[in-house]
Amino acid sequence: MKLKRGIPLIDQHDQEGFWGSKFGGSFIPETLKKPVEDLTNEFKKLRKDKRFLKKRNFYFKNYIGTPTSFVKLNNLTNHLGGAQIWAKVVSEANGGAHKIYNATVHALICKSMGKKYIVGDTGAGYAGKMLSMAAKKFGLKCKIFMGAKDIKRQKPNCDAMKKNGAEIVPVYSGSQTLVDAVSECMRYWVSNCDNTHMCVGSTVGPNIFVKICGWSTAQISRELKVQLKSQFKKIPKKIKLINCVGGGSSAYGFWSEFIDYDKKQIELIGVEAGGPKKSKLHAAPLSKNTKIGILHGAASYLCQNNEGQINDTESISAGLDYPGVSPIHCFLKDTKRARYTYATDEDALNAYVMVTKYENLNPSLEPSHAFAEAIKIAPKLSKDTIIIVNSCGDAKKDRDILKERLGKK
Amino acid sequence: MASLINQAFQNAKKESRPALLTYTVAGDSTKKKSLEILKSISDYADICELGFPHNTPIADGGQIQTSAYRAIKNGIKINDVFSLANDFKKSKKTKPIILMGYYNMIFQYNENKFLDKCKNVKVDGLIVVDLPYPENKKFATKCKKRGINFIQLVSPTTSKIRLKKIIKDSHDMLYYISMLSTTGGKLKVSPKKILERYSKIKKQNKSKNIVIGFGITEKTIKSLKKADGLVVGSAICKEISNSIKKRQNAVTNVTNIVKRLKNKIK
Ligand SMILES: Cc1ncc(COP(=O)(O)O)c(C=O)c1O
Repeated sequence: MKLKRGIPLIDQHDQEGFWGSKFGGSFIPETLKKPVEDLTNEFKKLRKDKRFLKKRNFYFKNYIGTPTSFVKLNNLTNHLGGAQIWAKVVSEANGGAHKIYNATVHALICKSMGKKYIVGDTGAGYAGKMLSMAAKKFGLKCKIFMGAKDIKRQKPNCDAMKKNGAEIVPVYSGSQTLVDAVSECMRYWVSNCDNTHMCVGSTVGPNIFVKICGWSTAQISRELKVQLKSQFKKIPKKIKLINCVGGGSSAYGFWSEFIDYDKKQIELIGVEAGGPKKSKLHAAPLSKNTKIGILHGAASYLCQNNEGQINDTESISAGLDYPGVSPIHCFLKDTKRARYTYATDEDALNAYVMVTKYENLNPSLEPSHAFAEAIKIAPKLSKDTIIIVNSCGDAKKDRDILKERLGKK
Repeated sequence: MASLINQAFQNAKKESRPALLTYTVAGDSTKKKSLEILKSISDYADICELGFPHNTPIADGGQIQTSAYRAIKNGIKINDVFSLANDFKKSKKTKPIILMGYYNMIFQYNENKFLDKCKNVKVDGLIVVDLPYPENKKFATKCKKRGINFIQLVSPTTSKIRLKKIIKDSHDMLYYISMLSTTGGKLKVSPKKILERYSKIKKQNKSKNIVIGFGITEKTIKSLKKADGLVVGSAICKEISNSIKKRQNAVTNVTNIVKRLKNKIK
């Protein structure tokens, strides 16, 4: 299994849609074959279409607001006394998280295909909020599938969805979290694929959805590359790019421009959700060495039992609380290009407290997992090491959880 | 020699009626109960489909989901499914049985081991919901080698060229999904329209047995009786749920439904 240079990772799959001939694919019911094929052809056409690219760039700049800033966290760096800690503040993007890139692109594709309805899944509520925003902006009718447990714990984002005119469909089956929301959304699409477009909220699902999402979030690393060059004159010698991994869309977007670099120069570190310290449950298929399985139309490392039933997961962070993970991250793991670890709920909360104490930054619980790893490794590293954390979401949505766990804030 | 599946269709044809196919979930509501149900309804059904339950079934509606979750909760394991099929086949030697489920269960068990096991317990056919054509070609060949029918699905969205290829590579039976829906949806297309599309598919190769499924209930079954076979699943699973709720005998109630379904297409 080998990575190719000079080809975007999203395109390094074989004819059947597998990365490294075993991750990904399109395990879909017959009814979805045609809509998936139509979408695949449309995307192939659009990504080469100059007018479409111009449109995308226009909305990225004027609607999402690019570039998001790249800042040094001086106080945190001084406090930890090792590597320099920087942040790419992706939470400045319109709506407060990286999910806006994928949502905007899907809305544009939906328009271009002449469909009037768009549906999507959400866990933390950001994917749903952003899709509802983009739908409103482009005049589409929007339905969001969300686990009943997540509706309760991420209320601010639900309020936003409703305000944007989207219908939230609560999902009561299974663990009532993201995994169930994605299943229900796919079922809805099976029944309505003639007039409805589906957006998958991360780099998961059948092959084409991995590609569209990765193509969209890649904007993050394009910006970062320019910012690095302007800040340091050239790309520094020792960089560590740390990102939380749920489905893996922000991590892929943060890394895509840097995958061809030697890992001694640019190390890629993905941080999964380890769940509560005392719990056996987690949402860390990569770092806890699970076996490959099939979920939501793709093969990936997967939290499952030996019969192939999907396991319950547990995490304080709704956005990371998912038993599967992107096939492209499985590929990056097996080729050893990226390293994956996990942070527990407690680690993430402690990191949140420290970051907000020293910096004027309010990372949500998802990127707090990434900060936990940065805080852990920074003191042991040299001062010329540049750690960059993707602060990919804003903690406003976590208001209730933070209040409950940390007291008033 | 013709497969048991082919024979079942021939027998129905002799009686000028479509074959009746039932779908129940292995282990619903318990291992013992589901075997009793299966044995009892097979007096009226021509072919029995038996689902091996998965807890993330992306193409199933509420009724079958409920049955699957219930069976898993009551402890059904894939080896239990095989022993259920085995027990069934011991007493009903000529009744074809088709296992149906999602690919991850087969993948975790190991494809070859799974198919060898199917052969050993005399499973006649397999439907894998999320392993579409052409990705399923290798798997279908493996089935054929073991004398197991791999049943291809076709749907209203299947294009003409694709349909031709699927039929060409199919075995004795194909499954036509009546409409854009998960299982258990309300029939949202008129039976006339369904049969129109059905006959177009049928015309491609008259020798293939093509069944229609999704949305078929006691109310709708009669209107589709021109097909080679008709599959009823959710209506049966729903009856099991209702029987449990009302503390009634599920075996009797489900058997009665199947009996009535059969009478409607005679
Ligand atoms: C702020 C934030 N970060 C990260 C994630 C995890 O998703 P992904 O791994 O696709 O970036 C989510 C998902 O909802 C999120 O809202």
